[in-house]
Amino acid sequence: MKVKGSDGGQDMQPLLKAENLVKRYAKRSLAGAREELLALDGVSFTIFPGTTLAVVGESGSGKSTLASCLACLESPTAGNIWFEGKDLVKLGERARRQVRPQIQLIFQDPASSLNPRWSVLETLIEPLILRRKFKPEEMKPRANSLLERVGLSPDIVERLPTELSGGQRQRLAIARALALEPKLLILDEALSALDCSMQAQIANLLVELQSSLGMTYLFITHDLAMAAHLADEIAVMNRGRIVEQGPADNILKQPQHKTTRQLLAAVPRIARAALPAVEQ
Amino acid sequence: MASVLQIQDLHVSYRSSEGVLCPALNGVSFGLMPGEILGVLGESGSGKSTLAVSLVRLLPGNGEITRGAVHFEGKDLLQAKPEELQQIRGRRISLIFQEPSLALHPTMRAGEQVRRVLAAHGSPGKSALRERTRQVFAEIFPEEADRISRSYPHQLSGGQRQRVLIAQAIVCGPSVVIADEPTASLDPATQMEILRVFRTLRERLGLAMIFITHNPALLSGFADRVLVLYGGQIVECGPAETVLASPRHPYTKALFQSVPAVSEGRGNGRNTRLPVIPGDSSQSSLPREGCPFEPRCTERMDICREREPALVNLSESHVVSCFKYES
Repeated sequence: MKVKGSDGGQDMQPLLKAENLVKRYAKRSLAGAREELLALDGVSFTIFPGTTLAVVGESGSGKSTLASCLACLESPTAGNIWFEGKDLVKLGERARRQVRPQIQLIFQDPASSLNPRWSVLETLIEPLILRRKFKPEEMKPRANSLLERVGLSPDIVERLPTELSGGQRQRLAIARALALEPKLLILDEALSALDCSMQAQIANLLVELQSSLGMTYLFITHDLAMAAHLADEIAVMNRGRIVEQGPADNILKQPQHKTTRQLLAAVPRIARAALPAVEQ
Repeated sequence: MASVLQIQDLHVSYRSSEGVLCPALNGVSFGLMPGEILGVLGESGSGKSTLAVSLVRLLPGNGEITRGAVHFEGKDLLQAKPEELQQIRGRRISLIFQEPSLALHPTMRAGEQVRRVLAAHGSPGKSALRERTRQVFAEIFPEEADRISRSYPHQLSGGQRQRVLIAQAIVCGPSVVIADEPTASLDPATQMEILRVFRTLRERLGLAMIFITHNPALLSGFADRVLVLYGGQIVECGPAETVLASPRHPYTKALFQSVPAVSEGRGNGRNTRLPVIPGDSSQSSLPREGCPFEPRCTERMDICREREPALVNLSESHVVSCFKYES
């Protein structure tokens, strides 16, 4: 097992550091009165390269707002996001454009994040064109190697997203993100829409990519069991705040905060009476 | 005890745009007992949603029930006239779908949406309608029935919206509720809350229920019986505790193992590989002959490719369709 940033590399530079992130949305009630919604209320955390931080919480706890802020899709109302030493919040549009490809987002529903009229090949070539690094004849082999990397057969390059299964679509979404050679993948409920057997396949793919490419993940989920399986550290969110954070094992074995205990209690379990092992 | 709903040898196919018939359900038979919660477990493509809609003949235009019977209250629903079906759907058998925000009218108050379901199935008079609606809301939202009833869907949380759908489903006093992934879009705490609502209703009203899901963990402690579908066929069916604790079919076993456990003492669970079922269950990967799970099965034998396994009785109530158990 490789050395983890959280225990082995104290002197390592963090890949991403969020400091006191605040995001306020103004909303108008039906009566016309202005109301404020505090989606993020002073969120701070650090992610080291090659590790996984899972952010868990119920719907409405601010997880997805956090993802949008980190991916520069929204600007936080206050706070700083340090990515490799640069503050994304203060960066100008030009400089930010340089950093942005390095942080990629994978959403819950691949069916709505893929262009339905683009074939697999077109979907993968678009980010390659945007990088302006490759000659036209290099594109197709690169797309093929991306497919291979995520465990898809090159035979499917001509297919449309509707002709793929849910698991294949999510693999394609991951391949598209990898095309930009990101350093951080933000997975916003990326497994939640998949069947259990597909979730396990994609989870294994994520683990593989982490060990082969040294990928760093921010894994946002309400599935505490999957979070515990994938993550080095878990941060538990409730009403826009991180209420508990620590190594995955500690969170599971000694949950301190009420929210964590509630989330743990809500994890459905199968009584595992001596299941015979399934060969791989 | 006689079953309230009896499904016999149900075959359903969809016609593709090229006119080819693709089978979705392939000879499914089972009975639902009064007051029973039957969990139907299956992945996408297993035919579980097709099952839900074909029981009350709500298949999309390209779907065809090619064979079988669905007996309910002395009638075969597959032979029933449209007017007869209209009397049964929503009144005697009701359906609950996955996405509550799509199933509700966005600009109509929750109470009105429930009242209209009742009104559509006979008009007992204004005050009786109002009284019955109020009763159902009190049942499902014991604490804030009035507020929820006056709210619009966007003012409600996902769990509350799902409960409004449940209110619609039970307002006419059905004996069977079919719920297709009713908790899939909810977070775990809300999922549990909805399962509790279902259990309470079962206890109070004696509802029988078909609960369709892809998540085996939801069924433990909730369902009475579990039926596992794969490739349009029943691969295993038995009492929930038995099937969940000691599954027998290779598919059921592999499926349960692919769900990560919250490690109680498993310690080094993280960053290891989960046992997976290789491949997927899309139509194209289903074999034409033999056992539908054969291509992905780790325990396959030669015979699996030759013919379909029959259902084998492991005990009076536990059946499995696998050659391993044929004597």
